[in-house]
Formats: sequence, C-alpha cells, structure tokens
Amino acid sequence: MASKKFGLNDEVVVIVGSGAGGGTLGNELAQKGIDVVILEAGKRHEINDFENDEWPMFSKISWLDKRTTSGTWRVAKDFPNLPAWIVKAVGGSTVHWAGASLRFQEHEFKTRTVYGAVKGANLLDWPITLKDLEPYYARAEDKMGTTGTNGIPRLPGSNNYKVLAAGAKKMGYKRFHTGNMSINSQPRDGRGSCQQIGFCFQGCKSGAKWSTLYTEIPKGEKTGHMEVRSDAQALKIEHDASGKVTGVLYGDSKGNRYFQKAKVVCVAGNSIESPRLLLNSASSMFPNGLANSSGQVGKNYMRHMTGSVYATFEKPVHMFRGTTMAGIVQDEARFDPKRGFVGGYEMETLSLGVPFLAAFLDPGSWGRDFSTAMDAYDNMAGMWLVGEDMAQESNRITLHASEKDQFGLPIPNVQFSDHPNDVAMRNHGFKQGKALYESVGAKRVIYTPPYPSTHNLGTNRMSAKASDGVVNKWGQSHDVKNLFVSDGSQFTTGGAENPTLTIVALAIRQAEYIAQSLNNREI
Amino acid sequence: MNTPQQPKRRQFFKIASAGTVASASGGLPMLFMPNAAVAEDVLGADVFKGLTKIARDIFPHDRFEDELYANAVGVYADQAKADGALKKMLQDGVAQANAAAKKKFGKDYADVATEKQRLEILKSMVKTPFFAKLRGDLVVSLYNQPAVWAKLGYQGPSADKGGYINRGFNDQDWMDKI
Repeated sequence: MASKKFGLNDEVVVIVGSGAGGGTLGNELAQKGIDVVILEAGKRHEINDFENDEWPMFSKISWLDKRTTSGTWRVAKDFPNLPAWIVKAVGGSTVHWAGASLRFQEHEFKTRTVYGAVKGANLLDWPITLKDLEPYYARAEDKMGTTGTNGIPRLPGSNNYKVLAAGAKKMGYKRFHTGNMSINSQPRDGRGSCQQIGFCFQGCKSGAKWSTLYTEIPKGEKTGHMEVRSDAQALKIEHDASGKVTGVLYGDSKGNRYFQKAKVVCVAGNSIESPRLLLNSASSMFPNGLANSSGQVGKNYMRHMTGSVYATFEKPVHMFRGTTMAGIVQDEARFDPKRGFVGGYEMETLSLGVPFLAAFLDPGSWGRDFSTAMDAYDNMAGMWLVGEDMAQESNRITLHASEKDQFGLPIPNVQFSDHPNDVAMRNHGFKQGKALYESVGAKRVIYTPPYPSTHNLGTNRMSAKASDGVVNKWGQSHDVKNLFVSDGSQFTTGGAENPTLTIVALAIRQAEYIAQSLNNREI
Repeated sequence: MNTPQQPKRRQFFKIASAGTVASASGGLPMLFMPNAAVAEDVLGADVFKGLTKIARDIFPHDRFEDELYANAVGVYADQAKADGALKKMLQDGVAQANAAAKKKFGKDYADVATEKQRLEILKSMVKTPFFAKLRGDLVVSLYNQPAVWAKLGYQGPSADKGGYINRGFNDQDWMDKI
C-alpha cells in the first residue's frame, strides 16, 4: 500500500530516526491524526532481505559510517572505528535487537538519592518515577507482545537456557526464567510465533520478534498521516529568530539536499547521532549547539556495564539453536552495595555464531588458547552480563576536529572510560557467571570483554532543572519548546535493564504530550 | 548434522579485525570473493605457501585441512591485485618469516618441521603491522567458511529449514542431571 506523501512545505512533525523511539512515536502520533514525516538515514530492508548469516547482515544493516574513539575502553583499541553496534535502516536497532523487555526498578529512577554522591560519577535523579511510567510500560508490553505480561506465556527454554537455569538453581538464585521477551510465543497482532531460528541479531525472518519495521511503521503509514523517507540523513535542524525550530535539512546518498518544514522536530537517531545532530545544528543564537544551554549535550554517554561469560562442557549445548536471549537470571539486578558496587546487573543467555564468536570472543587473541575454545563451539554455553554503568561527564560524544563525513559534516568521536564502579560490577559478574557454569560442570570458562556498544544512552539527558540536562520530563528541550528527544539519549541514568521497553514507553507517553500541546497551541 | 549451504555466499572482510595498521583499522567493510588460486598467482606461490602455514599457526585446528587455510588467505586475491602496498606488506612479512626461519632452522618458514619451532619465529613478529593485519583478516575469513562451521558443529542458517523448533533447540537434558 502506498503511504501518504507530504510536501517539503507541509508543516509536519518531523522525526529523525525510525527505531524504537522514532518508529513508535511516529505511529502513536499518526494514530491521533497528526501528520508525521520520519527521516531515516538508512535503507528500507524488509524481512525478505534478512539473511541467516552474520557478516553479510552486519554489512547490510549496521551503522558503518566512520566514527572515532578515545578513552581507555578496550573497544577503542580493538574496534577503533566501530564504537557502537547499531542499525542504519528503517526500523533502526529494533531490526537487530534481541527482544529483552524489562521494566526499570523503582530505585533506578532516583540513583542520586539512593546511591548517594558516587565519586567521579554525574548521577542525577530522573524527573519521573516508576509510578509515572507504569501505565506506559503496560501499554508498551501490550503493543510489543512481551512474554510474561498480559497473559502471554514465556518462550520455551533452549539448551543454552537449560544450562543457565541448571546453574542458577545450583547457585541458589531464585529469579530466573526465559525472560520478558517481545517475541511472540504464540501468534499475536498478525505475526506468527517464534520458530527458534536463532539469528535474532540478523533480523527476525519469521517476524515473531517485535520491530518497528513491520509493526509500528506500517500501522502508522496505514493511517494516511505518516510518511517514512529512507536514505534521508538529517544534517541540521534550523530555527527562526524566536528560537523555535522550523525544519530539518537532510541529504541522500545521491548528494541531493532537501529542507523539510516542521512544526515540531523529534530527534531519535540513537545516542551518538542525536547529540551529533544537535551539535551540528549550532547557530549564532545557539553557538554551542541546539538545546545545549546546559552544556550537557553529548555528555554522560552510557553503554551499560557489559561482558560475556562463555563456558565449555563435556556434552553438547548447541547454543546457536533457538532464541538468542530468551533466558535471564535477575537476582544480581538488585541494589546491594555490600557487593562492592552500586547498581545491579542481569545475566542473560547469549550466543553468537562461529563467525561472530571468532571476532568477539577475545579480540586480538590467537594460537591454541583461542582455537581450542573455538574447537569446543558445539559444547559451549554463553551469557551476557548487562548492568547499570555510571554516568560520567567525561564520557561523551564530540564533533571531530578535522574529519568530515560524506556530507561535509564533522564525524562523531565517542569517548568512554569505565568508572571504577563499572569495573567492580563486571568483575563480580564474571565471577558469578563462572561459578554458575562451573556448578554444572564447565571445563573451561572464558571472559569476553564488552562488544561494541549496543545500548547507547544518556547523551541528551532528562532533568528537572534546565542547568542539569538537555530535556524535561517529557523529553522536550529545556531551551526550545518545539524540539524533542525521543530515544535512549534522554535517559538520565541507564538502569540495569535492556533499554528498548523504556524507550518505547517514553515514546508513547511523549506522543500524548505532543498531541495535547499541539491541541492547546502550546508548542 | 546438516552442512550449511550457501551457494552464492560472499566472503565478508574487514572491520571486525583488530588492526594496528591505520589503513586496516576501520573504514567501511568490504566484500571480497575468496579465490585461493588467484591469490597464489598474485602473491607468488612461495608467499602464498608461507601465508597459508602462518594462517594455520595463528589459528591451529588439527582437524582443518590445508584447503581451509588456503581459502582464508584467498581473500587477498582481489585486494592484493588492487593494492600494491598490501601486496608488498604480505610479501615482506613472509620474507621476514623465511629469513628468520633460515637463520634459525636452515629452511623456509613453511618447511620448519614443528609448530613449536615455527611459533618461536611467529612470536617474534606479533608486534608487526603484517601480523596484526593477517590475524585481523584471518579471524574473519577463516571462520566465515561454511566448511569450517560444519567442522565446529555450527549448523548455521535455519530459517529455510523451519528454524530449530523441531530440530533440537532443547534436545539436551544432561544439565538437569548434575
């Protein structure tokens, strides 16, 4: 079905990005009859384009435009031009996400209060509470068909999960199951149930996994109020003499440039591109970048404390068979500073195919130490540790001083160094993961360092006071009232949980606010 | 076990690798067709033989035939043809390994009898851009071969077979008996 096409002079709501934030926000607004144009930098690949093959899909959908790195994180050494592992395509990173959909815990909205003044960290309480977000979490779970909610059964456990669960039981852990996954365990919302294909990171061939690509976006397009323009990279947000934004300049791969008028602009390009766009939109009125009177745009970059534990056993596991992340132990997600760190972490099943495992298991390693691990591939189980990392001002996205992209704009540099709390948490997670697998007979345990960042957060953070952050509790710029941030970059702190559910809940909530504000002529 | 099959499969190259060479570390990934015969032709038979042996010593799997390592080195076919600096780096790297092997063991690297002896030479080269480039490329090109997957017990693509839902995604129960 052909969707509505808007003219460049139509004053629409322009959303930059079509992932969990942008795609959801677009559909929510369109359902309310508000005209929306989504600008997506990448191409539109439908399910037919997905391949069960790691490198070809990586090269097809990943955001591979050059970025540089700095800081002491190991990614800067191993993958200096690939700080983040995210998607450049319609649907954004919901194309390759694993589906884990967890609510934040109550205390994770008020870390400054609960954790206190952590030295070197730039903690701040969110301007909203769990209670504020609960109704929207419920709507997000219903929209996404999250297992373990709304009476939806959990997915069956794979072999990789069975190893995790057996170990969790031995460890005395109580909170483990196959997760809250936005992957259909039974047909729902016009999509079928999970066929245990594996390759969740390569785009779900059956469509059982929620992605804005084949849920929110076609639903929004069907209303006649939403258009998605692919191959449309936002370059600059313009404003008028009063400081209100007026539209977005964008470019395509053929070198054409266009200016789309807007009555409202919502930025949802993920936590590297979103602040980059604001910084690249500097003007004489906003010399430090748009929405940046606080100086916080690009700062407080978070990527979650992560790490993986892989273990080899006497007998087969075949971890690649089945849903990649349908397995979780939540006991360590609690706040318990007696462990030597604030915040908590989740342990989630994870598997990589042979091509990716070789590249990521221990980047740079070689010889028999490495090859014997690969030789045990079929007897290997794996888990991912994902926990709350500390917001730090010095971890930040900046514009490169000299290197430019294909549009002539400065490329982003991503600076990150672990906070000591992140290191303590990772070491704890490694130790617990090792003990878990050894309790069920692991012969060898391997600690895998963080992959290029999949959870990029915090670079346009929400704050009660305009001097502390970039946006208010609605994701609305403190400085420019018709400019919003609609992705994970608005997170004040990161929580221990995979962020997508929270991004979707915030987008649903923001859509209500934007609709109401437009209706009341407040923006 | 099913052997993964992909008739029109392309070998993917670069970006995953940990390179210390500026030109090798990053930039856009490129896709190359592996072609061992062409690579041998472009680089010269001796250089190709040396690279193939070094490839085995970097990622030693006793159950892998030489052909799998030759295929891995084969991704240099088009690249070395197009990029004179790369070709020279590979040729010089093998020459350096051969010179060290001649000095120590009186023969070319590939002809040195034991892995232990060859590693004495290889370990002295780990800090060279040649080694970083080769290791970084091979970790992709070796392990991206369906024939390698089959040997390691990775069944690969499953969507065209209906997924693993009826093909053993939960067929193990040994962990419940521990």
